[in-house]
Amino acid sequence: MIGIINGEVYDPQNGINGEVRDIWIEDGKIVSTSPPLIPPKVGGEIPVPAGLSNPAASPPGPALSLALNTAEGKVEGLGGTEGGQIIDAAGLVVMPGGVDIHSHIVGAKVNAGRKFRPEDHRDHVRARGVLISPLEGGLRGVTRSGSGYTVPSTFMTGYGYAEMGYTTVMEAATAPLVARHTHEELEDTPMLDTGVFITMGNNHFIMKCIRDGQREKARDYVAWLLGASKGYAIKIVNPGGVENWKWGRNVGELDDEVIGFGVTPRQIVATLAWINDELGLPHVPHIHGINLGQTGNARTTVETIEALEGRRAHFCHLQFLSYAGEPGKSLRSGAAEIARAVNEHPNVTVDVGQVIFGEATTMTSDGPLQYRLHKLTGNKWLNDDVEGETGGGVVPMQYKRSNPINAIQWLIGLELFLLIDDPWRVFLTTDHPNAGPFFYYPQVIKLLMDRDYRAEMLAGIHRRARKGALLPGLDREYSLYEIAIVTRAGTARALGLRNKGHLGVGADADVTIYRKLDDKEAMFARPYLVLKDGQVVACDGQIVREVQGRTLYVAPPYDPGIEADLRAHFEECYTISYDNYPVAPEYLTRSEVIPCA
Amino acid sequence: MRIENVVCPFCGCLCDDIVVEVEGNRVTAVKKVCSSGRSLFVNAHTGAASPTVDGKEVEWPEAIDAAARILTDSASPLIYGLSSTASEAQRKAIALADLLGASIDSTSSVCHGPTTIGIQSQGEPTCTLGEVKHRADLVIFWGCNPAEAHQRHFARYSVSARGKLTPQGRKDRTVVVVDVRPTRSSRSADIFLQPRPGCDYEVLTALRALLKGETPDITDVGGVGVAQLADLVERMKGCRFGVIFFGMGVTQTGGKYLNITELLALVAELNDHTRFTAMPMRGHGNVAGADCTLTWQTGYPFAINFARGYPQYNPGEFTAVDMLARQEADAALIIASDPVAHFPRQAAQRLSQIPTIVLDPEMNLTAREAKVVLPTAIYGVSAAGTAYRMDNVPLPLKKVVDSPQPTDEQVLDWMIERVKT
Repeated sequence: MIGIINGEVYDPQNGINGEVRDIWIEDGKIVSTSPPLIPPKVGGEIPVPAGLSNPAASPPGPALSLALNTAEGKVEGLGGTEGGQIIDAAGLVVMPGGVDIHSHIVGAKVNAGRKFRPEDHRDHVRARGVLISPLEGGLRGVTRSGSGYTVPSTFMTGYGYAEMGYTTVMEAATAPLVARHTHEELEDTPMLDTGVFITMGNNHFIMKCIRDGQREKARDYVAWLLGASKGYAIKIVNPGGVENWKWGRNVGELDDEVIGFGVTPRQIVATLAWINDELGLPHVPHIHGINLGQTGNARTTVETIEALEGRRAHFCHLQFLSYAGEPGKSLRSGAAEIARAVNEHPNVTVDVGQVIFGEATTMTSDGPLQYRLHKLTGNKWLNDDVEGETGGGVVPMQYKRSNPINAIQWLIGLELFLLIDDPWRVFLTTDHPNAGPFFYYPQVIKLLMDRDYRAEMLAGIHRRARKGALLPGLDREYSLYEIAIVTRAGTARALGLRNKGHLGVGADADVTIYRKLDDKEAMFARPYLVLKDGQVVACDGQIVREVQGRTLYVAPPYDPGIEADLRAHFEECYTISYDNYPVAPEYLTRSEVIPCA
Repeated sequence: MRIENVVCPFCGCLCDDIVVEVEGNRVTAVKKVCSSGRSLFVNAHTGAASPTVDGKEVEWPEAIDAAARILTDSASPLIYGLSSTASEAQRKAIALADLLGASIDSTSSVCHGPTTIGIQSQGEPTCTLGEVKHRADLVIFWGCNPAEAHQRHFARYSVSARGKLTPQGRKDRTVVVVDVRPTRSSRSADIFLQPRPGCDYEVLTALRALLKGETPDITDVGGVGVAQLADLVERMKGCRFGVIFFGMGVTQTGGKYLNITELLALVAELNDHTRFTAMPMRGHGNVAGADCTLTWQTGYPFAINFARGYPQYNPGEFTAVDMLARQEADAALIIASDPVAHFPRQAAQRLSQIPTIVLDPEMNLTAREAKVVLPTAIYGVSAAGTAYRMDNVPLPLKKVVDSPQPTDEQVLDWMIERVKT
């Protein structure tokens, strides 16, 4: 049994807002959360050792590496007890482990980005490490080396997220044809529980079903496809537009036609939203809408929200879809209009995709978008059209304060955060690595919590972007409670992960403990301790134990009668056989099926 | 027993429609397969083979000890090969290289390494093979001869394959071959362009110039008439969906990666007019997988060195041929490849001078000169695993017969454990 005692707990799912609580953990689960000094009823009494030292008062800095004191055989502040461990968290902030709802960390597209950007990796490396075990004595293992800044290698990605206090990350897009690759990479991504969103917005089988008025068949196909690819959610990327890109075209309106199918983006979105409800999937359709990145796309974004007719959906990296102004003319912020639509539609959640000034790598399944970015920037361009399913591309990008368009993109992200009223419906992402690398989340947190810092950053961006902008007038500052919502409680709820994002009884014991610092960027960049499934895995922003997370997926039931249709579809549409398509369970060493409603 | 939809692990086509008949743990018939694939299945041995150290048969623990000692005693070990093993084993090999601070390189460095460098400078407009099958009406093979090297490529993916927009297969496509000599592939093409050896770069540059509307004041580029090139450019601009498959005839000649940079630039620019893609013709069954696994674990696809504790990338420095020829590698672990048979003399000689460990199902030339030989099962025949097709589509390799031999993955795992302790 492990106790995290006396901590200042932020657990919005259970309404705990900075109250002092003792959290007790057994077998990787939270077994009790109570006001201090009430011993838990499970697992016998735990004596609280006297004279526990506590790092709350000590400032972060080089001296903290001493916390791993091997000579004395213990981590400072971690008192050993018989059959248990007490972590004195007095004066420290305790939150559930971070849950990222949208990040590109593994799979074909990410790996293509790694492969073609050696210039991204050269100066950003992680050496292999030796993990000493202060509590158990001796060597606990080794950590793997890696490289990469915007597109880090797999081990480096897992360590980097855990060192920042995140314990669950959703891979934002995988073509089902190459899902096996994604799962192989996840096996090499330690520290994290993960799930994979499966791209379906340009899928031939689904579009045929819509054309033929057979949405029940499409429903069974989606259920089969999620199980076959070991996926977690339905992902829609530029519905219809990626198929049209295979003809060198795109879609620009919800009622444009998909070439060769006669269906429309509106029908694709509406059908998949209906299927999602029918199957009772834990998450909702995860939508990257049409016209991403284009001036004037705020209108089609609002129209897409309305096209749902009240059905639930998540809109990802909304910043890229909140651009006002006339197409072809200069970009203006559409944040006010978009925030109003989100505020008025309780069926919708969003994540922001906040721009970070500096290097990024754009990578999406939106083939025509990536070609446009290549023409716009002149940067090198990867494209990969995937048979019968989707496409995609990768283009390096740099966001500059001095570039008026990039500065407006930066403003729009923050405006969305501050104008959307309900923190349970707007989440922190950088659409890693599209708008910036994930390890800048602490900087975004500081921008949200610290109005003065925001003003300081604002003063440094291009003048034309500031002119007439809403942001300078927005005084709102996020509280720690709200940060806990937009980085874990809200994302876990939107994902339908009942055991994540909170510290109530039965939750997975993924816990992050921060020092309470005025500089919120420093506070969130290097948590004091991170626990995964009840084990301390990182201390002072450094991995102390390597663990393998679980792959979370869904396996909704479907009518097995669909198999004959599928075999015919594979013969007609694919270059691999139906039998070789599904990802066998052996690819997932540790996994958990998340139930459907 | 009849096993359907078997993936043939021989070449980068990874045909997954093979039918294998097995009786009494012996392959008795293989259907739909090409001649190269057939020999792999039919000749698969299923008997036991002992590991050897200095030519003497030993038990596995002793062999693993000897291999681990060679690696830990080495100041600059080299791990090489990887293209004919499963990705599961490749991942272990990289873990071992990381642990040892070794250099690691795949056979990519002597085939499509220049392709990678070209992609790193220029990008890569590409697609999966199904897009070619269903859409491509202009198919160009440049410096490759699939009729002999990728025997079912034409039928399954690129030439006679019948797709949605190409229902008549061959009749719906214009096929172009560019090569320095006539081949079986060129004989079946509609158009054959024969540049002088080493002139691919000039020809590619001329195509780019013509595409940009330039009118060169010469009649001939690298042995090909400008009128022929102008005709090709018009066909490229006018097609519905075009593709250039390219091979070692353009990656390993003349300007090497500069050829590929030029080729990929041409293909990218064609997308201003229509949809156009390019794809390297990968040779070994899982050489694309070696690129993938190395990249996701280290950030780089080949020519990697871990001596500083983290991955560094430098083709020409950390590539296997160079590490050996410069006598920098002082021990070698060769996995599923035969460098003694294929490397330049200086590099091959070095391999016989340093302690070498070989993991391979076959007693190849490298194994004959090796200090430690670890005979393993054959992925796709006597072991299951994963391989990546030339378009990076991953496929599950089946085990169709039993083998008493351990897999590469198992042996590498033993070595990692031994090196750790």
